[in-house]
Amino acid sequence: MYPADLRYDREHEWVRLDGDVATVGITDYAQDQLGEVVYVDLPSVGDEVVAGDSFGEIESVKSVSELFSPVSGEIIEVNDALADSPELVNSSPYEDGWMIKVRVADPDAALDGLMTADEYEAFVSEEA
Amino acid sequence: MRFVPVTCEQRERMLAAIGVSSVDELFAPIPAEARLDRPIALPDGLSEVELAAELEAMAHENATGLVSFAGAGCYDHYVPAIVDAVVSKPAFFTAYTPYQPEVSQGTLQAIYEYQSMVCALTGMDVANASVYDGATALAEAALMAARVTKRHRVVVSETVHPEWREVLRTYARGGTIEVVEAPFRDGVTDLDGLSELAAGSAAVLVASPNFFGCVEDVRAACSIAHDAGALAVVAADPIMLGVMEAPGALGADIVVGEGQALGNPMSFGGPGLGLFAARSEFLRQMPGRIVGRTLDAEGKPGFVLTMQTREQHIRREKATSNICSNHSLNALAAAVYLSAVGARGLEGIARASIAKAHYLHDALLATGRFEPFSSASFAREFALRYQGDVAAMQAAMLQRGYVAGVHAGRFDERLSGVVLFAATEKRTRAQIDSFVKEVASL
Amino acid sequence: MSAVRPDRDLGRLIFEIGAPESTCVVPPEIDVPETDLASALGDAVRAEPPRLPHVTEVEIARHYERLAGLNFGVDTGFYPLGSCTMKYNPRIGERACRLDGFAGIHPYQPEESVQGALRLMHRLQEALAELSGLPAVTLQPAAGAHGELTGLMVIRAYHESRGDVRRRVIIPDSAHGTNPATVAMCGYEVTQVRSDERGGVDVEALKAVLGPDVAAIMLTNPNTLGLFDENILEVTRLVHEAGALAYYDGANLNAIMGKVRPGDMGFDAVHINLHKTFGTPHGGGGPGAGPVCVTDTLAEFLPTPVVVQEGDGYALARPARSIGRMRSFAGNFGVLVRAYAYIRGVGGDGLAEVSEQAVVSANYLMARLKDVFEVPYERSCMHEFVASGARFRKKHGVRTLDIAKRLLDYGVHPPTVYFPLIVEEALMIEPTETESLETLDAFVDAMLAIAKEAEQDPDLLHGAPYTTPVRRLDEARAVKEPDLAWRPPSEARTSE
Repeated sequence: MYPADLRYDREHEWVRLDGDVATVGITDYAQDQLGEVVYVDLPSVGDEVVAGDSFGEIESVKSVSELFSPVSGEIIEVNDALADSPELVNSSPYEDGWMIKVRVADPDAALDGLMTADEYEAFVSEEA
Repeated sequence: MRFVPVTCEQRERMLAAIGVSSVDELFAPIPAEARLDRPIALPDGLSEVELAAELEAMAHENATGLVSFAGAGCYDHYVPAIVDAVVSKPAFFTAYTPYQPEVSQGTLQAIYEYQSMVCALTGMDVANASVYDGATALAEAALMAARVTKRHRVVVSETVHPEWREVLRTYARGGTIEVVEAPFRDGVTDLDGLSELAAGSAAVLVASPNFFGCVEDVRAACSIAHDAGALAVVAADPIMLGVMEAPGALGADIVVGEGQALGNPMSFGGPGLGLFAARSEFLRQMPGRIVGRTLDAEGKPGFVLTMQTREQHIRREKATSNICSNHSLNALAAAVYLSAVGARGLEGIARASIAKAHYLHDALLATGRFEPFSSASFAREFALRYQGDVAAMQAAMLQRGYVAGVHAGRFDERLSGVVLFAATEKRTRAQIDSFVKEVASL
Repeated sequence: MSAVRPDRDLGRLIFEIGAPESTCVVPPEIDVPETDLASALGDAVRAEPPRLPHVTEVEIARHYERLAGLNFGVDTGFYPLGSCTMKYNPRIGERACRLDGFAGIHPYQPEESVQGALRLMHRLQEALAELSGLPAVTLQPAAGAHGELTGLMVIRAYHESRGDVRRRVIIPDSAHGTNPATVAMCGYEVTQVRSDERGGVDVEALKAVLGPDVAAIMLTNPNTLGLFDENILEVTRLVHEAGALAYYDGANLNAIMGKVRPGDMGFDAVHINLHKTFGTPHGGGGPGAGPVCVTDTLAEFLPTPVVVQEGDGYALARPARSIGRMRSFAGNFGVLVRAYAYIRGVGGDGLAEVSEQAVVSANYLMARLKDVFEVPYERSCMHEFVASGARFRKKHGVRTLDIAKRLLDYGVHPPTVYFPLIVEEALMIEPTETESLETLDAFVDAMLAIAKEAEQDPDLLHGAPYTTPVRRLDEARAVKEPDLAWRPPSEARTSE
């Protein structure tokens, strides 16, 4: 449920670092809690994000949740497929349901303070 | 009158089941210092027959059967009998907001059809389930435009109804928007003045026909808005949309209006309903309830409240508005009305009203007691300057059984002496001729 | 068992009925010279007629009779929708508001010709002042949320008149969503304060968030849990000591008439939902009316117009430092007529009985249900109470929504669900005083039967309802593929 090659934050986002590009989405646990996702509001390419700040919103039929960035940097790509198919967040949270790609300033320190898959699993079982 | 079916004996049984010995025990959490230590100081209740007599007496204190030429946002159009027959059905008027769609398909489908009719009239893509009235619809449109454009200032034409502008200014007191007013000339918006103010604004707000009954150049106003990067908000009159171009075809981004004339009695000004429609790209910033069509678990068509994440019960302080209710029953009346008249009937009612207004206009001018206020073209309402004391004229005409228009000076001292006259399809040539004769004889 | 009928024409729109040439209302002959539209309106003349329905009167009558058959109202059956006070709507009000002397008057008629209307409004103002304990009243707001905005704008104007800049408004975590939304529209920031273990405002937490930049607190009492806040006098005292004002959301006034008044609890402003407490119909979502009552100090800031007595007559007047105007004209007059008829018919003695019975009926239901449905705050409630279905979710995977949907099969409108937000799997139940013991007992039986079903056959509940005209609707589809208005088949969107 929580791929070992990803890092996680306490707001239930995951991040995959590939060179200096971080891909961000929400976890399987988060999508399950939300229920069917019907809309994802994402920022524009070129916007700056700061770790811990909101970068967008995700909606189910009767809820709105903020999306928080686990990393800082410039947004170089957003997942346009979510505009027509927001349910990808439910069906494929770690692959097709990704949300933004961020060019991080300092790749070596980008994942500091984020949880490993085991740590996140423990965190989730406490919260549930 | 009494609407409590529980008997004394049953009440005792209920208290026993609760495990208290008296009703007072249930109110124990109320601190003694705050308690009302006396009976409510209102008269005791009445029997229905007494109450009916009292209400009829109060209604009778109001003058009825007057021949009215008053408009200014509230119009005496005919309400077909079928409208009241439908809105009097308890399944409609005793229901709450359709939060449980499985047992609310009647309300939901009626609203969906209403939204469809508002879109058809205005030339917009989406309409909400209505707001309180035209004035609050205008204020909501201004707030919405500020959210869409991320700008702060809105420009409203001084030819918009003074009460609507005052509502706009009152809504702006929280600092969420700033309101500036564009001047008018000869009864219509001064487009040069509008252009100057539009730069950097969130919205340009105009009405057509405007407060003076005059027809504005909506296309030009919309262009001015768009050139400035602002949204064009147009207040339309739904009856006149039977013959006047849909604001959507003239460039409007948001269309609002007062819907009272669509099958709702004047009722001293309320409840009417606020029409609110927009282009689909702005859907997520719209205020108010919206109904959508979908499918049920068996694939049957059905209707639900939708796009609810915009609303206060979900988004709370980030909602597009604090509005919770719509004027559902009035929207139902509007939908029944528009179904009953259809496009041809609406055109006929608009044509008749316009013809009668023009006939009245020319006849009043011919008395020599009035001077023109504007040379602009008008629809079913117009403004004239009266050569004399307006209040005295209106009082004298009231004695003779007429409501002699609305004095614009009641809203704005600069308009002292200017009287607005409206005619609907209900006014007959004989009524107009007698009215003009009486005015001339004063 | 459902109160609504199955329907062969389900989903058929009024646009899809009737022949293209059908009409119902034919306008009268134009008995004056006709105006040439092109010369009168110029290029403002409509190019294409609007696509409206084309039906005869009988088709309209049958269409809406069919739709009415798909609806559930108070006249259909028990409607214990918490916080909405779905009491019976007395028919005398319906007749009264249609009297020609009320329905047929224009808002700008000379005042001497509308004295009956103004008298009725003035008497209603006085009645609401007596019931709220606050002397100055505006009848203008069109709904509860509109009243909130009016009250908060008045409070803002009061602070500003003293040169006092404040920026925050405190609301409890159990508040209606309209409260924070109103705060934002009024240009203030929301500060949330938590509830204590008895369901009231946590006084220590309140002290911690009060400060010189707080403009007001917005409270409902009894609150949305149906509980009366025993510390209310201390709460309003603390608020006033901080220089802030106390706003009372009158949504729950039906619980306390004749027992306690918002003014006597220390509140400075209150809105009253006439469509809840005074039995005016909800109309499928409105119109309502949300008059606001305030202290003498705040009276001069009320929106215009208010009705004043002048000698033997009445007039519309503008308060000295009015915030302006919240809507056009003087208010939802048709609703005011109904509310006045209710208050006058039921009378002062009757209103006290109304609140007593509303509270007895709610406590009765709570007592009979609490062994099966958990009640998170076990103390006597006021006119409504909140139960939790959390037990059924944990043990049987049955959610409160499932219970609500199953109630439809028992011919009962479900309670409010998932509100207030601070109670897990909340069911908010408000019976009102107009229900018989027989109806209340039938509801208890239905709830207990459903609890048993939840244990024995959870899937039965997951699939409910079964007997309604439509089954559960695909709300996700409605959002993802918005279909918000009918289009002729030739123009139907390609996405569908």
